Amino acid sequence: MSKQITSSVKVRKKITNVIVHVCLAVLAVIWLFPIFWVILTSFRAEKGSYVSTFFPKSYTLKNYVKLFTDTQVLNFPKMFMNTLIIAIFVCIISTFFVLSVSYCMSRLRFKMRKPFMNVAMILGLFPGFMSMVAVYYILKAIGLSEGSMIRVALILVYSAGSGLGFYVAKGFFDTIPKSLDEAAILDGCTKFQVFTKVTMPLSKPIIVYTVLISFIGPWIDFIFAKVICRANADYYTVSIGLWRMLEKEYIDNWYTCFAAGAVCISIPIAALFIYMQRYYVDGMTGAVKG
Amino acid sequence: MKKQSVEKKKKAGKDFQTPYTLTNAVVKGNVITKLSLLIMGLGNICHKQIVKGLMFLAIEVGYIFFMIKSGIYNLSMLPSLGTQEQVEVWNEKKGIYEYTAGDNSLLILLYGVATIFLTIAFIIAWKESVKSSYKAEVLAKEGKHLNTFNEDIKSLFDQNLHKLLLSLPLTGVLAFTVLPLVFMITMAFTNYSKQDDHLVLFDWVGLTNFKKVLNMQDAIGQTFWSVLGWTIIWAIFATFLNYIFGMILAIVINRKETHAKGFWRFCFILSIAVPQFVSLLIMRTMLNESGAVNVLLKNAGIINKSLPFWTDATWARVTVIVINLWVGIPYTMMQVTGILKNIPAELYEAAKIDGATPVQTFFKITLPYMLFVTTPYLITTFTGNINNFNVIFLLSGGNPTPVGKTAGKTDLLVTWLYKLTVDKQFYNLGAVIGIMTFIVLAIVALVTYRNSGSYKDEEGFQ
Repeated sequence: MSKQITSSVKVRKKITNVIVHVCLAVLAVIWLFPIFWVILTSFRAEKGSYVSTFFPKSYTLKNYVKLFTDTQVLNFPKMFMNTLIIAIFVCIISTFFVLSVSYCMSRLRFKMRKPFMNVAMILGLFPGFMSMVAVYYILKAIGLSEGSMIRVALILVYSAGSGLGFYVAKGFFDTIPKSLDEAAILDGCTKFQVFTKVTMPLSKPIIVYTVLISFIGPWIDFIFAKVICRANADYYTVSIGLWRMLEKEYIDNWYTCFAAGAVCISIPIAALFIYMQRYYVDGMTGAVKG
Repeated sequence: MKKQSVEKKKKAGKDFQTPYTLTNAVVKGNVITKLSLLIMGLGNICHKQIVKGLMFLAIEVGYIFFMIKSGIYNLSMLPSLGTQEQVEVWNEKKGIYEYTAGDNSLLILLYGVATIFLTIAFIIAWKESVKSSYKAEVLAKEGKHLNTFNEDIKSLFDQNLHKLLLSLPLTGVLAFTVLPLVFMITMAFTNYSKQDDHLVLFDWVGLTNFKKVLNMQDAIGQTFWSVLGWTIIWAIFATFLNYIFGMILAIVINRKETHAKGFWRFCFILSIAVPQFVSLLIMRTMLNESGAVNVLLKNAGIINKSLPFWTDATWARVTVIVINLWVGIPYTMMQVTGILKNIPAELYEAAKIDGATPVQTFFKITLPYMLFVTTPYLITTFTGNINNFNVIFLLSGGNPTPVGKTAGKTDLLVTWLYKLTVDKQFYNLGAVIGIMTFIVLAIVALVTYRNSGSYKDEEGFQ
């Protein structure tokens, strides 16, 4: 009798297990379908956005070749370099900003701390680009809206306000025991030395996370770049370039190249992101495991 | 004497209070301190803190120079925002028409606001200098040690580390977030708009724009209320569906019996690792009238007319919510996974012994625990969704748009704001809508955030 019950429980468990795995598989297919499709499209030989079959009729590498060699209309290699340069500078500046602000908010106690945190919270509630038009005029007023200064302008726009995004890193610093700081101060460290020699070495996950997040920012932003670059095609970043490939006048010739470009951009970003999310989970759970 | 020192300690013990305040300096300070109300840094120079004093003095000289050169003019133009129109003048000598430079209200407003910012910064510096003079005076009187310039620099790496670390990030935030925001907010009270041709010269109009936007009878007002309604529906659906489904997905993957956990997680994370604008643009083209989905369904004989993903209001609304699930569920899953592991296992064991079903354990244990831990995260996603520009702009572009309307059926307040400012150049109305969005968010967020456990219990871990 009891054996029968346990075996029926086992069977039921097996059935739910199979159902769960099938569901997961179906979901995974749904989630990966667009990615799979864009990879297929990037190798498709037929031009244009209209398709009649799921799998391409013939395959080619020409889309990739065109993307990197046909620089007459849409100069993809240049856009790529623009974005890379901007991303490197943004990455350096914002990492410094974010880490110093979050260290101050987490570890130092001063009069303006709570007010600053509340203000940062309030500022975060305004629609991000509500001030975009205003930023454009400010940049124009200080002469950063024309020519090669556009790159400087974009770097400033992406990194200047980054100090407000201190929450994740602050949460991480909060989990480092204060006794470590106190011990270091007893040993004669200044607070700056505590920051560089105690906190930083313990914070590898959150440093990697901050570096990658700020590096990825310029690659995936679309709207800020569009407002600031306007018609200066020389300084476009990749996201505007890809967007333009889908505009009516280009879509017939460039649709498959768009797919190729999307693949080219997505592979490094996706690799960085997957590498980073491990650190993100670590960052969420804290520095010193109990 | 003793009583006094006890009182002093009490005062110092109270958060960050010092006896070196502006009022004390004015009431109790000597002549030199009082003179440094006028000449910044004088007190410091007299007490041998020469470099510090000279720096204060330089700030004052610089500010006065700036004010005389342009600051006063900037401020004086603020009330009128300029009246001079650009005019054509016939130049007889050269035989051509010349343009005399007219006023540009936008620049006047921008410079005016910037000047006010500089003035506030100057007042703060001035207060600091007076306090510092008074402190030097008191310390010198008591025969205590006065910091030399080198020691001041050193203290920046120790007691005053926050000043060193915060100065640059704060400047960035002030110049590129706060200043533009204030500038934009002031625009809401002007008639800076393409309507009636006020793009070069405009005036203060008070609350007219707000009245217009809130007025149900007005065309803009009607659009505002309907867009606001859809924005809130969208934010609620987008936030809570993502949250619950993401959590269920994470729980299912985390089950003991599930095999290849890493592989499943990888599949879902891969979909968000692809830059959002890429995946959204792909989705848009796939769901077009002659896009992949429609063509494939037609070829398979399931439908014979294209599905109106972007052309029918209800279809479009459901589509954006569903696609947002595609974007959002993996995010929630990623963020929730770590926290799920932290739920004490005893709770589940106890529930099992008491005979709770999986559904019961989810609603009685997992959900309350998660809600407690992730309230701040929920608020940020909610605000993020109200301000979710990317998904709407890249997917539907706000369409379908009824003829003659400024906003489409799937437009959120933010995308409408974008259309009003960038496309239509109704800058004043755009600013009003930005402010309204902020008010909606502020009410929701501040109340919940301040009541959440993680705000009150900030130092719980330390």
